[in-house]
Amino acid sequence: MQSVKLFAAGLVAAVMGMGAANAQNAVKIGVILPYSGQFADTGNQVDAGIKLYMKQHGDSVGGKKLEIIRKDVGGIAPDVAKRLAQELVVRDKVDIIAGFVLTPNAIAASSVVQEAKKLMVIMNAATSIITTKSDYSVRTSLTLPMVADTLATWAVKKGGVKKSYTMVSDYGPGLDSEAAFQSAFKAAGGEIVGSVRMAVANPDFSAYIQRAKDLNPESIFVFVPAGSQPAAIGKAFAERGIDTKKVKVMSTGEFTDDSALKQSGDAALGVISAWNYDHNHDSAMNKAFVEAYRKDNAGANPNFLVVGGYDGMHVIYEALKKTAGKTDGDSLVAAAKGMKWESPRGPMMIDPETRDVVENIYIRRVEKIGSTLGNVEFDKFENVKDPVKAAMKK
Amino acid sequence: MFGPVAGVLFDGFAYGMLLFVLSVGLSVTLGLMNFVNLAHCAFAMLGGYVAVLVTNELGWPFFAALPLAFIGAAAVSVLLERTLYRRLYRASDLDQVLLTIGIVFVSVAVAAYLFGTTQQPVDVPAYLRGSISFAGVRFASYRLFLIVVALLIAVMLVLGLEHTRFGAQVRAAVDNQRMAAGLGINVELVFAVAFALGSGLAGLGGALAVEVVGLDPYFGFTYLIFVLIVVSVGGLGSIAGTFAAAALIGIVDIAGKYYAPELGAFLIYLVMVAVLMWRPAGLIGRRQ
Repeated sequence: MQSVKLFAAGLVAAVMGMGAANAQNAVKIGVILPYSGQFADTGNQVDAGIKLYMKQHGDSVGGKKLEIIRKDVGGIAPDVAKRLAQELVVRDKVDIIAGFVLTPNAIAASSVVQEAKKLMVIMNAATSIITTKSDYSVRTSLTLPMVADTLATWAVKKGGVKKSYTMVSDYGPGLDSEAAFQSAFKAAGGEIVGSVRMAVANPDFSAYIQRAKDLNPESIFVFVPAGSQPAAIGKAFAERGIDTKKVKVMSTGEFTDDSALKQSGDAALGVISAWNYDHNHDSAMNKAFVEAYRKDNAGANPNFLVVGGYDGMHVIYEALKKTAGKTDGDSLVAAAKGMKWESPRGPMMIDPETRDVVENIYIRRVEKIGSTLGNVEFDKFENVKDPVKAAMKK
Repeated sequence: MFGPVAGVLFDGFAYGMLLFVLSVGLSVTLGLMNFVNLAHCAFAMLGGYVAVLVTNELGWPFFAALPLAFIGAAAVSVLLERTLYRRLYRASDLDQVLLTIGIVFVSVAVAAYLFGTTQQPVDVPAYLRGSISFAGVRFASYRLFLIVVALLIAVMLVLGLEHTRFGAQVRAAVDNQRMAAGLGINVELVFAVAFALGSGLAGLGGALAVEVVGLDPYFGFTYLIFVLIVVSVGGLGSIAGTFAAAALIGIVDIAGKYYAPELGAFLIYLVMVAVLMWRPAGLIGRRQ
């Protein structure tokens, strides 16, 4: 009995030793995404961006091989996200943690990376305060206030709109975008004629739209969660006779995503949105990116989730090159700060002060491109920073 | 002033009619078989996916998709009834709940595996989209269509119950199962056919719902709440009750969102509590 125990202990020690020895030559990246459940499609899209970058740039940087360890968080589950981050750091001994589609999960994992001092790359989650929760987090996607703020400013200064009615869903991101849009709209000189907060679990929008119609506004700002609601409210606009040629319907890019446009059909024509990326963006780099993505993904088009994953990997690769392979959190974050590069979405940078993304926000209109609907960019705001953190500094 | 009120009433009634088609099957099977079938909306989801497949992959017209959705859901329900449900007819309510909720979970996973988790569009003919203007009020064409279909179904169901032999057997079995069996009515067959009809109607409701509320693998859970509210407010086993309850819930929901949006979706729950406190068996239900 005694000898068996000794043998077993010896075996375990040897295996652990082997593991530690191997780790010196590999950089381990833990990716936490919702691979299953309601948000599975979003998780898979970010993952496709990661895969594409690694395919195009090889899987080693500076002589060290990159190993991706994927963990499924399953949906909005901050306790699960925190546990997965802990497991990745303690058991799998990762050097970097990346991913995060949903805000609560990103915030929960922030406490883990702060203690473990590991670089955390947020590839999608869009709430402003996430990057303030840890000194080691860097974001490559966007924040909702950036978008709402830019849209409001554009509407007053260039869109010729002086009055607006806001309709948002009554939950975190909805309220964030309502606050950001309204304050920016008023700051630019516009007037908010009315607003409504809609129930989140809401199959029928006709009542809310009728209220908006009663006030006969010049423009309407809409924010609803992605999924079934963009198409439902788009159709409801058309049914209630809101003509996008007379009333400017404005929203964030999730509203005019490919799948939402497929669902709403021609009811979405003329909707104006502000966002950081669309696959129709006219640049050589983007055209090559879209083609490469379509080849690997059965003809599907990339979206902001894919590009968030793609650029997140870019930050990791470039930071590792700059630190010559050093993987401790402080060096990697220092290397990431101020990093500037050309992405399929356009030029972007990691703000050295906030570690958040600085990029172009494009103003687009839904038009027919060939036989399908798409977002056509007709204006842009350059080097947009997150306004919430900028205001916090003052 | 009349314009918005008429619009709200119309939209609410149309939404209520969609709820009616989704719920009437559950009301009949609950009242008839006393079987708690929480998987009812999973059959609706099945009908929705059948409609999506038929219009998008096969390219057939929308009006061909509707009867196929009905048949598809009815066929699957017969299969499930033969294999799973009949074992639990005498079981406790809890066991029936556990079985049927388990079926919903399985349906979510199967739908997500086959179709992915994104929204599925259904190809509706162009003349059903958009709206018609009448007396200064806009009426959405698809909602008019919903109302017409639901009224047709209601009329057919009532006529069927009142004027066919099968309908008489159903009414007898609902009133007093043992007596009906004693009189030589094949209660088991009545159950099976009524269950298939009810699930088929759920499938039809699901197919109709896609254009209005969208379709994803969680449909079976999302609409279960609304269907249960309609069924409990209307009274089990009553078509007229389901109709009245669905119209009431639909109109109250839409009117509430128009006049008091801060209450949001909460108003229908208040109405449910109020109605059930006034008439615990539902508007037109009877105590078993």
